[in-house]
Amino acid sequence: MPVYFLRRVLAAIPVMLVVAVFVFLLLRLTPGDPAAVLAGDMATPEQLEKIRDSLGLNDPLYVQFFRWMGELLTGDFGTSLISNQPVIDLVADRMWPTIWIALITITLSVIVAVPMGVVAAWKHRSWIDHLVMTFSVLGFSIPVFVIGYLLIKLFALDLGLLPVQGYVAPSEDFPGFAARAVLPALTLASIYIALIARMTRASLLDVLGEDYVRTARAKGLTETRVLFRHALRNAAVPVMTVIGTGFALLISGVVVTESVYNIPGLGRLTVDSIFARDYPVIQALILLTSGIYVLVNLLIDLSYSFLDPRIRY
Amino acid sequence: MTAIWSGLRSGIAAATALTMTTVLPAFAETTITAVMHSGLRVLDPVITTAHITRDNAFMIFDTLVAQDADFVVQPQMANFEVSEDGLTYTFTLRDGLKWHDGGEVTPADCIASIKRWMQRDGGGQMINARMESLEATGDKSFALTLKEPFPYTLEAMAKPSGLALFMMPERLANTPANEPIPEMIGSGPFKFVQDEFQPGVKVVYEKNEDYVPAPGPQSWFAGAKDVKVDRVEWVTMPDAQTSLNALMNGEIDFLEQVPVDLLPLLEGMPGIESKVLAPLGGVSIGRMNFLYPPFDNPKIRKAAEMALSQEDVLTALIGNPDYFKVCGAIFGCGTPFEFTDGSESITSGGDIEGAKALLEEAGYDGTPVVLMQPTDVVTLTAQPIVAAQALREAGFTVDMQPMDWQTLVTRRASQAAPSDGGWNLFFTNWIVPEVSNPLGNIMLPGRGDAAWFGWPTDEEINGMLDDFANASELGDQKAIAQKIQAHVMENVNYIHLGQYFNPSAWSDKLSGVEEAPFPVFWGLEKNG
Repeated sequence: MPVYFLRRVLAAIPVMLVVAVFVFLLLRLTPGDPAAVLAGDMATPEQLEKIRDSLGLNDPLYVQFFRWMGELLTGDFGTSLISNQPVIDLVADRMWPTIWIALITITLSVIVAVPMGVVAAWKHRSWIDHLVMTFSVLGFSIPVFVIGYLLIKLFALDLGLLPVQGYVAPSEDFPGFAARAVLPALTLASIYIALIARMTRASLLDVLGEDYVRTARAKGLTETRVLFRHALRNAAVPVMTVIGTGFALLISGVVVTESVYNIPGLGRLTVDSIFARDYPVIQALILLTSGIYVLVNLLIDLSYSFLDPRIRY
Repeated sequence: MTAIWSGLRSGIAAATALTMTTVLPAFAETTITAVMHSGLRVLDPVITTAHITRDNAFMIFDTLVAQDADFVVQPQMANFEVSEDGLTYTFTLRDGLKWHDGGEVTPADCIASIKRWMQRDGGGQMINARMESLEATGDKSFALTLKEPFPYTLEAMAKPSGLALFMMPERLANTPANEPIPEMIGSGPFKFVQDEFQPGVKVVYEKNEDYVPAPGPQSWFAGAKDVKVDRVEWVTMPDAQTSLNALMNGEIDFLEQVPVDLLPLLEGMPGIESKVLAPLGGVSIGRMNFLYPPFDNPKIRKAAEMALSQEDVLTALIGNPDYFKVCGAIFGCGTPFEFTDGSESITSGGDIEGAKALLEEAGYDGTPVVLMQPTDVVTLTAQPIVAAQALREAGFTVDMQPMDWQTLVTRRASQAAPSDGGWNLFFTNWIVPEVSNPLGNIMLPGRGDAAWFGWPTDEEINGMLDDFANASELGDQKAIAQKIQAHVMENVNYIHLGQYFNPSAWSDKLSGVEEAPFPVFWGLEKNG
């Protein structure tokens, strides 16, 4: 296992390098000019040229690339071309709201969705199965902003129970943090509950038809023991994959939900940076996202061996 | 069920109250929370003309002189005297002016600030071209001496938009004009709270207790900037519905721009007031590329302008006629230079038949008009669509190309042929104070490659602008402005598409909300 872990970590290095080259070139080949964003609408062509020079944007591409790589190797992600703030500070400020919302969403989703999927599979083709499937289709089909606005209307504007928007760090004001996290987490969870419940049900239905489940039942084990000890654990591999990739997706940005609830997270930073052509920030965010995907995939793979003894590395 | 809700509500309220009592200081701070039109990212007001950067600068920095609601230049940080020959402007700083770091404001600071501004601003460059000297004449005074009279000098120094002239400490003002200043130390009515600044998310200001308001009543950016709250927080909300919900739920106090289509949600809402605070509003314009066919031909430019109708464009853009004004004056209706010569067609629904006839007379050969359409800026999406339809009706071949605004601003700087990555036509918006003076209106000069995007070469208008710069009497200035109006309409230096107004909304806990071209936070009080 440690050798496998080390091999996977080392394998991530060329992946990240390819991502870095690809992102750098793609951004430079995309139309757009950070100098124009910086200078505003009234700047003359001559003034734009001077700003491009001062930002180093007129240097040859390879010079810009190696300058960026050199900084990266010393742990320096550069400075935002637009706000002139260190990129690492910008990303760090925006990371925590996203991480907190992602953690709450995934936890809530797993707690609700796995039992829903189990019950739906156990009571296959019953009314409860149909109910779970109906919820899944709805949860997956209704756009998040619609769910978001409906929840705001009900819980914030009509009932006055929760704030409409915003984020405060839990360390500053935990009740305030919790009150502001409920609605975004519920909104996002509506999708993930649908997805995880559906996957749990499908996976469990497959496993319940396996020979070893029939054997367990023939041995006279109770249905609960068959379900939770023999079936669910083996059905968990694809469910873990969905949970892991879902978490990575949440971290990499949920810009619509962040906009509806005014959460200053990574999704909004990404979109803002792309619109402003803030190259250092976009590059850092894509590298970060790639790193998270690599890490989450590794953790998912490692979890397989715990869930399914047949899988060994 | 009701009991459950009631219990939940009480529980949350109690928890919140408990927390508040632990974090609130012994005295109650008054904080105004506002949502502005965009997030603040660029801080240096000399580097960019972005409106939000200008708004931020007016909080932190002060100006030497300022324009009041009657467009009259008033003393702000300094009193001024103009010599009889119109060559020397002597500024004397008010007593008690201090930077936010405690240092005294000196003539050296002001001289360095003016010199940095002159490198970037069009008006500043005009002054610089005529400048003989700019030097201190005492502990509190300095003089600007010109080689020839330039009556626009004080107006350029007092203009509130474009690149306004803000005073900074000398060490900041010595930063090269193409590099951002490293800190936000001004002498204005509010102090910038660096630790709480999150670019694009939140900016916080504290009352500058050392600020000495200028004498005289508050009027736009002149007079007393009397701060009556402890803090102001600008929170960025990218979603208009969210900001409206936040206002209705009492989470914010002031919303700079309410989309007109969402305004009915606020009507009859208790505790909320709404009104247009910027009475001059904004203008929408179309700019053609003078370098390439078909718009290198003035008759074809005129045919395009004749095909357009301000009312059609503004209806698509704004919808509610209470919030737009069909106005033929290129310097804006409600300004000292409001003339409407030559605007009859565009203000009366357009003239498609006339446009067709003119196109034929001009020998238009069907060269496609590459029309750039930004798809991500809500205030700029309607104009290209309406214009494309009108141009097609008049007989133009239109190649409308959707793109994001950043691609547009990059592409409009390209002088390549339209078929080779260039362009023929795009639309943008200004606030009226940015176009209301012939010398401040960046679209007017016809200096070829040195002109604004579109690069017209127009010696006639250059001559009129020179005449305007040298005219000292308002009557003379008006006569020249009227000629410029007629020339722009005839030559179609740009297409003027009328005026629109953005309503603002605020909690009735705020009082002292005043009209100005953009929001000011001095004079505001918050009760309750």
